[in-house]
Amino acid sequence: MPEYSPYLFLAVFFAVALGFGLLPLGLARLWAHKFSPAKPGPQKNAIYECGLEAKGETPIQFKSEYYLYAIMFLVFDVEILFLLPFAVAFLQLPLGASIAMLVFVLLIVEGLIWAWMKGILDWT
Amino acid sequence: MDEGLRSELSKQGIFTVKMQELLQWGYNTSRKNSIWPLQFGLACCAIEMIATSMARYDLARFGAEIFRPSPRQADLMIVAGTVTKKMAPQVVRLFNQMPEPKYVIAMGACAISGGPFKQGYNVLKGIDRFIPVDVHIPGCPPRPEALLHAFMTLQRKIDSDLLTGPNRARHLDSEICGEYPLPTFGEHDLEPAFNPEVWHPPVIVRE
Repeated sequence: MPEYSPYLFLAVFFAVALGFGLLPLGLARLWAHKFSPAKPGPQKNAIYECGLEAKGETPIQFKSEYYLYAIMFLVFDVEILFLLPFAVAFLQLPLGASIAMLVFVLLIVEGLIWAWMKGILDWT
Repeated sequence: MDEGLRSELSKQGIFTVKMQELLQWGYNTSRKNSIWPLQFGLACCAIEMIATSMARYDLARFGAEIFRPSPRQADLMIVAGTVTKKMAPQVVRLFNQMPEPKYVIAMGACAISGGPFKQGYNVLKGIDRFIPVDVHIPGCPPRPEALLHAFMTLQRKIDSDLLTGPNRARHLDSEICGEYPLPTFGEHDLEPAFNPEVWHPPVIVRE
């Protein structure tokens, strides 16, 4: 039995996967070239809006301040995610684990303090 | 290969076919059995269109149950209902936005001629004035069976599409543009009132 490189099948697999994807695309391109011409047009390429002409800009403006709420959500979300298992297993944990958790909570709380000082927590 | 040899071979159980014919058969068969209509109803005919796609009449038997809400993915426009003059430009624009190949079924008396509103001032007297209609169905509204019959007629039409030659299918001819001119709102009527490429006013001969 001849020796094969153990990674040869990966190369074969890659080539087959590439061919599997590219062959239909190539056939479709060949078909379009031989029989079916592309017919683009200003209306066909226009933005589709239920038959009406599209009005206004497609990219809408979004208030960038919302990222702050996303950060606050992340702070509390991650906090609850880790604090709950910590609280459940608190009595069995060694001292090192408790200190590590305290550092983690301090890191999270740092974000909260930053947000507090920035005045995001004032719901007016 | 001459016809004599061909028939001789077929008697022996060997069937020969030209590559072109085989491609055409495959192309037409696969297209006619998977027509995706545009989800687009204009008036009461749309109710019959919905009934056709539902369990009792089951348009899925023809491979056409997937009604697409976007013209980008549709290849059949069923003009189901009254086309008012205000709606006509939108209908034509939707048709223009559909990719090739595209077909039109004009469903019901209103879509093919204006129907009971023909004498009115605001109804288009047939959508075939602006876009090329493949199948007309009369009726007010047509029953689902009539729409199924229109589907079968359209399938036969697709089946007879030619791949090459001067009589090849509309979408395969690079000379024929895929977009049809949009009518605009004029002072009294749509301008132009019809597209001379697809429709001519009937010539009335009085004796």
